[in-house]
Amino acid sequence: MTVAPLEVKGLTKQFAIGSALRRAHVHAVEDVSFELRPGTITALVGESGSGKSTVARLIARLHDPTGGAVLFEGSDVSRVRRRDDVLRYRSQVQMIFQDPFGSLNPVKTIRHHLERPLRIHHVVPRGEIRGRVNELLATVGLVPPEQVAAKYPYELSGGQRQRVAIARALAVEPKVVLADEPTSMLDVSIRIGILNLMLRLKEERQIAFLYVTHDLASARYLADDMLVMYAGQIVESGPVEDVLADPKHPYTRLLLEAVPDPGNRFRAGRVEQRKGGASAAVDPREGCRFVARCPIAVDVCSRVTPALVAIGGGRAARCHVTAPAERLEAVHAGR
Amino acid sequence: MTDVAERPATVPVTPAPARRETLLELRQLAVEYGRVRAVDGVDLDIGAGEIVGLAGESGCGKSTIANACMQILRPPARIAGGSVLFQGEDLTGKSNEELRKFRWRNVSMVFQSAMNALNPVMRVGDQFVDMMRAHQHVSRRRALAQAGYLLETVGIDKRRVRAYPHELSGGMRQRVIIAMALALQPELVILDEPTTALDVVVQREILQQIQEIQRELRFAVLFITHDLSLLLEIAHRIAIMYAGEIVESAPSAQLASHPLHPYTQGLLASFPPLRGPLERLTGIPGAPPDLADPPSGCRFHPRCPHCLPSQRDLYVRQTTERPRLREVEPGHLVACHLVEEGTA
Repeated sequence: MTVAPLEVKGLTKQFAIGSALRRAHVHAVEDVSFELRPGTITALVGESGSGKSTVARLIARLHDPTGGAVLFEGSDVSRVRRRDDVLRYRSQVQMIFQDPFGSLNPVKTIRHHLERPLRIHHVVPRGEIRGRVNELLATVGLVPPEQVAAKYPYELSGGQRQRVAIARALAVEPKVVLADEPTSMLDVSIRIGILNLMLRLKEERQIAFLYVTHDLASARYLADDMLVMYAGQIVESGPVEDVLADPKHPYTRLLLEAVPDPGNRFRAGRVEQRKGGASAAVDPREGCRFVARCPIAVDVCSRVTPALVAIGGGRAARCHVTAPAERLEAVHAGR
Repeated sequence: MTDVAERPATVPVTPAPARRETLLELRQLAVEYGRVRAVDGVDLDIGAGEIVGLAGESGCGKSTIANACMQILRPPARIAGGSVLFQGEDLTGKSNEELRKFRWRNVSMVFQSAMNALNPVMRVGDQFVDMMRAHQHVSRRRALAQAGYLLETVGIDKRRVRAYPHELSGGMRQRVIIAMALALQPELVILDEPTTALDVVVQREILQQIQEIQRELRFAVLFITHDLSLLLEIAHRIAIMYAGEIVESAPSAQLASHPLHPYTQGLLASFPPLRGPLERLTGIPGAPPDLADPPSGCRFHPRCPHCLPSQRDLYVRQTTERPRLREVEPGHLVACHLVEEGTA
């Protein structure tokens, strides 16, 4: 078993909303724990407002967590402030964003975008920078590299821009890459190319990927493990094939039923659900956050918050009905 | 030709209604934005009560077609040729006043970001009343009651006529717009990416409601989206657009089980399956062309896996001659040299 370069423990983030007198807190991320292993892609799925992007941004140090820790090679980096320490962390953990149009500077060439991280992080001696830029472009399939490097972002298509963003992330030779919906703004026919590139990088460079998405089919295609988030909490986790073949949490099941897929075997008839959603994370009361939408809720669900319970086979679920805590050891207790 | 034909042949789609009168006919429609021809010679029929899907990538011209059907193209866009016939009448020659009456009453449209089109300082019910009273003589009270009824049909409590748009979620606002589009019982509703900005669970709810209402009221739908898997579920018939042209059109089940155009095959192979064996997919190499300077011959040839210089005669035709959309089986049309040659 290889050591996880990155581990998240009890990660929690609250955002204050409302005025000073009527202050409420969105529990955007609550007690989230998982690890990212080398050569493994972990998918983090959920609907908008579930907190999945916030998790990625907390790991990338774009927000400060309210509680919990982000351990990089064993030491907590979630509160490092010194410039050197932050730089060292960022040279190991990189992020790719959803919008390939907004993440590149329109007045700078592609070469500029790729040279910058090489200089800032002193990855290679000055004389080798040009050659390294070309290597990076070739790695992400942008050829001929010399020509592409001379171009400006507007001269590239969305898919090519996302490849530049990936090349930029790779420039510092990171151990961990956080990809936040990297294909959702791209055309259908070029999404697979980006997913295949991530698969290749995982294998060739043993990068640990976090793939944040709302698309279950692409998560299945790409990922080894899967975490399902709902209203700030992880409600189910496990190997992706196992989770999708036999979802334990009613929310995972609802997501699966809703995916457009001709002949979806999870959809017996109409997909029924009750109302609810991300608002369940605003000053949550005791009880399961999914209870208002849950088709199988029982009395206890609105009174007692379920724990994420290990159910064997590397899987865990947060549900009183399908993964009762009695007799089974709570995941938290094990930590 | 490729392995995509392995898709399940038993796609559970609603059977198309028996062929009825043609409601909307596009004949050799061409639309230009300045010197860029965004839609180039498109033929498309929509029968009464039929759900027709139009799929393609961004920039392929599918939204331009929607705007042309509604006659809401704004300069620099203009119809450069062809006609848009609604119940046999050409819309391209109609005056603004005639078109104003025609829109919403005969054809209505829901845009992707339509939910942002609601007036933020007006109650939802009043926006219904305004729209309905602009088109028919109806009392305020009756219009409000009708608004409440329409909201119920899309799954919103009728008391929400008193709500302001900001009090509704994105999915609810989109449903309000769909309810408005149905208010005057038009014969045709154009849905342009109606659920793309929404979560998958909300999208599912809205699609189900659209299908249920459509079965009851029997209006025709032109459903435009980039998501082919969604169309395979909802549409009776699907047309695939590429670079301003329709390259294939067939009943949904036929298209899913026997796609003939390499582009359609590539699109179908771009959606990883949620079940069954998982293989490495290839997608489609390259990117859609710049329509200011479209490729010669078949517009798909630079990305086509079957366009090889080694097959000399075919290669010359693929790179110099535009393939015509031809019916190869009843209701199945395709524009591809490979199909014409019988090598597909």
